[in-house]
Amino acid sequence: MDPITALPKLLGAAWLIPLASFALIVFFGPRMGKAGAKAGWVATGAILTSCLLSLFALFFVWLPNYKLPGPVEPHITAESRTGDAHAAGEHADDNHRAKDGHAGSKEHPAAHGGASHAESAVRPITGDWYTLGKFGELKITIGYYIDSLTVLMFAMVTFIATSIHFYAIGYMHDELHDVEDHEVRLADGHHLHRKGRFHRFFQYLSLFCFSMLGIVIAGNMAMVFVFWELVGICSYFLIGFYIERKSASNAANKAFIVNRVGDFGMIIGMMVLFGTLGTFSFGDVDGQPGIFSLVRPGADHQLIVPDGMIKAAAFEQIAAGVEPTAEQIAAWRADTAPGTPGHWAYWLMIIAGLGIFCGCVGKSAQFPLHVWLPDAMEGPTPVSALVHSATMVAAGVYLVGRFFPVFVPEVLLTIAIIGAITLFIAATIAITATDIKRVLAYSTVSQLGYMMLALGVGGWSAGMFHLITHAFFKSLLFMCSGSVIHACHTNEMTEMGGLRKKMPWTAYTMLVGCLAIMGAGVPFSLGLSGHYSKDSILAQALSFRAVNPMYGWVFFVAAGGAAITAFYMFRLWFMTFAGAPRNKHVYDHAHESPRIMYVPLVVLAVFAVAAGWSTNTFNIDGLVGNFGVEPLLEQARPLGTSGEVHGVLMNVVHPDEHDSHLDQFHSRAELVALLTGLTGLGLAIVFYGLRILNPEEVRAQFRPIYDFLIHKWYFDELYNAIIVTPVMFVARRVAEFDQVVIDGLIHGVALWTRGVSVLDDRFDRYFVDGLVNGASRWIFRTAVWLRGAETGQIRQYVMFIVIGTVALFLLISLYTSTLAG
Amino acid sequence: MNPFVEPIGISHYLVVGAIMFVAGAVCMATKRNALGVLMGIELVLNGANVNFVAFGSEYLRPGVMGVGLDGQLVALFVIVLAAAEAAVALAITLNFYNNHSTVDVDQADELSG
Repeated sequence: MDPITALPKLLGAAWLIPLASFALIVFFGPRMGKAGAKAGWVATGAILTSCLLSLFALFFVWLPNYKLPGPVEPHITAESRTGDAHAAGEHADDNHRAKDGHAGSKEHPAAHGGASHAESAVRPITGDWYTLGKFGELKITIGYYIDSLTVLMFAMVTFIATSIHFYAIGYMHDELHDVEDHEVRLADGHHLHRKGRFHRFFQYLSLFCFSMLGIVIAGNMAMVFVFWELVGICSYFLIGFYIERKSASNAANKAFIVNRVGDFGMIIGMMVLFGTLGTFSFGDVDGQPGIFSLVRPGADHQLIVPDGMIKAAAFEQIAAGVEPTAEQIAAWRADTAPGTPGHWAYWLMIIAGLGIFCGCVGKSAQFPLHVWLPDAMEGPTPVSALVHSATMVAAGVYLVGRFFPVFVPEVLLTIAIIGAITLFIAATIAITATDIKRVLAYSTVSQLGYMMLALGVGGWSAGMFHLITHAFFKSLLFMCSGSVIHACHTNEMTEMGGLRKKMPWTAYTMLVGCLAIMGAGVPFSLGLSGHYSKDSILAQALSFRAVNPMYGWVFFVAAGGAAITAFYMFRLWFMTFAGAPRNKHVYDHAHESPRIMYVPLVVLAVFAVAAGWSTNTFNIDGLVGNFGVEPLLEQARPLGTSGEVHGVLMNVVHPDEHDSHLDQFHSRAELVALLTGLTGLGLAIVFYGLRILNPEEVRAQFRPIYDFLIHKWYFDELYNAIIVTPVMFVARRVAEFDQVVIDGLIHGVALWTRGVSVLDDRFDRYFVDGLVNGASRWIFRTAVWLRGAETGQIRQYVMFIVIGTVALFLLISLYTSTLAG
Repeated sequence: MNPFVEPIGISHYLVVGAIMFVAGAVCMATKRNALGVLMGIELVLNGANVNFVAFGSEYLRPGVMGVGLDGQLVALFVIVLAAAEAAVALAITLNFYNNHSTVDVDQADELSG
């Protein structure tokens, strides 16, 4: 099948089917079976169809047509760099590159090393399905941008969504009949009693899947923004699913409002890009260059400040109506001294990048906008698994990955630092959390920080790889926690314990998830999915540290975070499933979840183990090259982003990602990851598994630190103090102003109007009415007088006729004779 | 212009028509008998007819082209209408007589204002 025509159709169908399911459930949901029970199957069927279409697109359209690149080799040396004129002079001093012999000494055919780059340069399939409107330069379209990342994301999102849909049918069965919500107490002291909302849950899930797939396939920024907001509103609906609970509606509002802060930045970024480049499109559509080719116009696809930005920055130097010549633009671009057009244009690039990243900070819950995600756990657990761990929050990382070609090193450094801060803060908070879902929520924030960090230090495929593997094991972990909550009817881990005997499926699939997130594996041979992605992140961070000693601390943060991750994940597992039951009542009532819930767990557990593998891991010669997630991502790597990049305004260098595969980085990173993971695991065993040390004592000893962590670094308190309280204060003052001044003004005006209208009424009554009545009275009198002439005497009428005729005759004769005479 | 010495021309017809019209009008105005009033109406209409015929005649107005038979035709219309009018008016008169046992038009003043 021709991928250029087939893929847009297949993926377009996979994208729109959940929308159809949403529309069906909106209109006919309550009528689908008893209490809308069939709505679950409609939504599940829709997403399953999407999933099959996506998998078909991946395995039968994409792979046969585009051979996957061979194993990734470090790009050492001169021959790969001869075409790269830009780099020739600058990198002479890179000592870590002086390992030329290394590549040759490996067994892999040399052809792979050189050719992999060319092979991976598969052109993305771009185009527009429909043009919504064209207003001068502004063209709003429904377009697509399909590369292997898009196809892979489609497969991942629809697959996880399908598992979660099945799981949710079991999890949400309470909603099939009337619900008594024990967390809501009404004014009369009773619990809230309401109708079940089963179909509504699936209606939102379908809308969410549609929106998420829309972001993934979007071919332009405007479309990304629309679907970005759509997933935001779906998240709002789903967090606030138990809307009667005050905490749920607050959490929904918080998520929505915090995201708006990020979107504000995103709009600025979009304005900068559209204002200077005049297009929203990512790729080239119908010969019109898109953003990516405008910022990387050369044959070597190196990032330069595009002409549009130079012109915008040099508006003072450009005379009206005169187009600057290409040499002039190049001269401006080359001169980046402060105050020159080149300097301002570079700042425009930074603002555009930071603006887009700002949106991602909100959506992916990065510091300082991470506060909404833990609160979002108020939603039902399948939502937490789908929306707040696997897909929607990953959309921010995905967008950073999509916009990667536009980010200059200064922006990437910001992304790395934000990611590092986030991963550390969230990981530390997760240590003290006792709500099982909150531990996972902070873990999600922390893992998203890893992805951002990876992207920020130049590890494009490392970040995207972790996005995919994380989606599998985090949705698995969330669904396991949902299964536990389903059985125990509480979120508090302090009430659980020893549950593995009661619910073995859940316990052991969750153990797989914990091992995957910890990155367990045998060094240099085989590991769970997290092992591979975390290793590549650490390797890239290490490679980054080698060229930027100043920012080397991000590597230590990442490594430390890995230890903390392992610690809190196993703390969670031991507290929930191991040891003696803490609450006899809860333990006695716990039971394994129904099959529809644990089968998806097993399926996802398989992927949590295997998602990191490729056919090369087992030295199998795949029919389509080296099949696996990482080669697929390598194939999607944006053109020109594999080389080394230097910052202009700051002294920062982003190393070639392929170099992170050098033994010097990769082996060390692998060992570091394993040791930190084992440290965390060991601590967890000491504290919670074998109970050699008592956590209570440690807690008492480090009381200030514990308080600091249990209050989540006082972020909520801080935001309350510096944002919420002032805003409320201003709002109250404004309300007073409104009540006193504006209302007073309006009341005064109303009184005055009333006075005037009384006067007006008098005028109307006496003058206007008098005039009208007088006229009618006069007409009446005249008419009474005139009717005397109507005698009814026919002879009199004839006389009138005769006299009238004669009079007319005389008059006309007189008139005509005067004219004639 | 002295009509008594001129050959018969259009003016003579007009004079006859005028006399008939005036006689009819006076008849309508003075007669109290409804039938007399109807006769007056006939006189007025036929006075007008004389005028139509006179103006329509080629012989009486030599050199004036393009009128053709229009005058005569209008006169015929007037005669037809007069017949119809007479039929209706006689019916009204008969009804009036049935109700009031008289044909004195002065008695018929129910329409007075």
